[in-house]
Amino acid sequence: MKPARILATLFLLLTLGFVGPLPRTIAAETSHASKRSLTETRLEWPTREKLWRTVSLADYNTRVVFGGVTALGAAGGLVGTFLLLRKRSLLSDTVSHCTLPGIAIAFLVSEALGFQDRSLPLLLFGAAATGILGMASVAAIRARSHLKDDAALAIVLSVFFGLGVALMVVIQQLPTGNAAGLSHFIYGKAASMTAGDAQLILYASLAIAFVCGALFKEFKMLCFDTAFAQAQGWPVLALDLALMGLVVAVTVIGLQAVGLLLVVALLIIPAAAARFWSHRLGITLLLATGIGAVSGLVGVIASALFPRLPAGAVIVLAAVFCFAVSFVFGAERGLFRHWLEQRRVGRSVARQHLLRALYEWCERSPRSGKAEAPAQLLDRPVPLEALRTDNHWPESRLRSLLRLGRSEGLLSTDTGGNHAHLTSRGKIEARRATRNHRLWETYLLRYADVAPQHIHHNADQIEHVIDPNIVNELEELLAGQDDVLLVPADPEPPRPGTTGGLAS
Amino acid sequence: MSEPSPEIHPLEVRDLNVAYQTKVVVWDADFDAPAGKLVAIVGPNGAGKSTLLKASLGLLPIASGSVLFFGQPYAKARHRVAYVPQRESVDWDFPVNAVEVVAMGLYRRLGWCRPVSRKERDLAQAALAKVGLADHSTRQISQLSGGQQQRVFLARALVQDADLYLMDEPFASVDAATERAIVEVLRELRSRGKTVVCVHHDLPTVPEYFDHVALLNMRVVAQGPVETTFTAENLRKTYGARLTLLEEAAAAVERARVMTRHRP
Repeated sequence: MKPARILATLFLLLTLGFVGPLPRTIAAETSHASKRSLTETRLEWPTREKLWRTVSLADYNTRVVFGGVTALGAAGGLVGTFLLLRKRSLLSDTVSHCTLPGIAIAFLVSEALGFQDRSLPLLLFGAAATGILGMASVAAIRARSHLKDDAALAIVLSVFFGLGVALMVVIQQLPTGNAAGLSHFIYGKAASMTAGDAQLILYASLAIAFVCGALFKEFKMLCFDTAFAQAQGWPVLALDLALMGLVVAVTVIGLQAVGLLLVVALLIIPAAAARFWSHRLGITLLLATGIGAVSGLVGVIASALFPRLPAGAVIVLAAVFCFAVSFVFGAERGLFRHWLEQRRVGRSVARQHLLRALYEWCERSPRSGKAEAPAQLLDRPVPLEALRTDNHWPESRLRSLLRLGRSEGLLSTDTGGNHAHLTSRGKIEARRATRNHRLWETYLLRYADVAPQHIHHNADQIEHVIDPNIVNELEELLAGQDDVLLVPADPEPPRPGTTGGLAS
Repeated sequence: MSEPSPEIHPLEVRDLNVAYQTKVVVWDADFDAPAGKLVAIVGPNGAGKSTLLKASLGLLPIASGSVLFFGQPYAKARHRVAYVPQRESVDWDFPVNAVEVVAMGLYRRLGWCRPVSRKERDLAQAALAKVGLADHSTRQISQLSGGQQQRVFLARALVQDADLYLMDEPFASVDAATERAIVEVLRELRSRGKTVVCVHHDLPTVPEYFDHVALLNMRVVAQGPVETTFTAENLRKTYGARLTLLEEAAAAVERARVMTRHRP
């Protein structure tokens, strides 16, 4: 997974390069937005000039904020993938809610110390502190009580968030007017980001990517098989703490852009979307990183063009769009692929039913006077009405089966529509289907304890799934019984190209 | 704790007690796995078989007692011990393929932060070949059958090249091909002087697959060579008077008797 790691790091480095070396103090380009009347709610279509300035990244500040939010999305996708695989998704929601009292307390402290401007690092430090405290509380409740995870998460989330809301009310009643910006941490406001803020996000994202890259194999093992990792002597607790520390880091740097209510989406949705596309961890990580970055970019563009549109919500909606597309069209586990497979299995089962029904009718029907050679068994026309009643098929089922058989060139029906004739290919296929079915049936009877694992509709031939020795054994079993179970000779040897029928 | 003994066993469990909250699961268990033998731990459901293994490996807290691996605490002897957890213990819907799982057995040797290289992949591939999954190495693990998944776990233990293998129910609900493959691997390990301890649930196959047996029901009821220990009397003590099990046990003992008679 080396290339994946390199690519992930490169991606973030590129984001950094595109922002360029950052000077320290640059004011945000948000003033005009905040000066508008509060009663104005309609969305204004941006002027052509503004559109061009935004898309071409003409403003240095726009560039900075773009870089910051894109890096944030990328970091969220990266860490979120491990979090998702560790099955701790909801923990990130609890952690983000737990940051609110920390922000409030940090604000109160900075007021008490007499700072004039709100200091982002101090606020984020407070957020991280209570975020970690909340996470520790979850762990403690889980370890020291009989409560399950979900209850522990819900309790901690509501207690910390409640405390935060209470503190916010206190803050708003303070005489100083500095408190206005604090609500941005709840709902997010990317546009209020200064260059310094974006820089912080950027460096933090790089650090997060570096840790994920360095601990790639450790996290992989931790998420897949914790007990094994522990037995191998890896410090599982420390690894878990490192992973949760990354979650706190993403949450905290995401507070300003996305807000604590929605930052969970940044962690989970890109990761969940990426899971539909690949069965490789490295690729899943890259995709999640990419989806997160694109979502961030879309959100911040929208917020630059429409200052009244909340960037956090747009980022999340962009991620959700990617998720929806992945959910339906994902190459590995998407609905569409699932539906195609389902349909293919359905057709193959129907086809086998039809062929077997035809074979069995020929086998059962009274033979003509002179002894019939087995090769001629399937030469007779099969009366459709008898076929239908023997198999309890409704009229519609018979029609659809015949349509299937004709379209695949397995049979033809005579002009009156009363009889079906197997084509020469149909005869071969009918023999094969019947033989296969009977072998499977015998296998199920004989190996009832283990057989169900092996039954697979996609496997055209039993040899592709079952050990050939067992197939031979089954054939001998069948041959020993009376002629009802006479197995048609294997029409062709298994094709080597089609092995491995267990794929699902 | 370690009194000098004539021979050091790969695994020595002394007076081991394990409890969940207040419920005792393993009680004063004494257990030795002799070197170079295939050892089965058998007992009824809930007898503490898996718990004994997990507690020995430090995965569960020990209430009292001691566990020594090659005469040393586990932390010192880790590199000589390989563990095969129960298949159900992990989520097989994880985005890795078979060879990546096997390579996890080499992570400790690799050390912190070093990525898996060509060399480790080759070793993992060779281990997969040993369990008959050479052409399944790039298959995503959820696409493998239960038995194949079990073999992937086995390969991950093999790649560690340990001296003692602890396996938790390796034969649980596997197909015939897997069962044969595992038995073959066990015998190959024995021929190289390795020791294997398996939690085993299938009484009838004990005499066929194993040399040594420990009968466990909270405490170790009896242990020793299969020929002398795997008796109807001991099984009754272990399983109690449960009728179906006793019948199974009787059949197993009968089989053991026949097997020993046929042994050279």
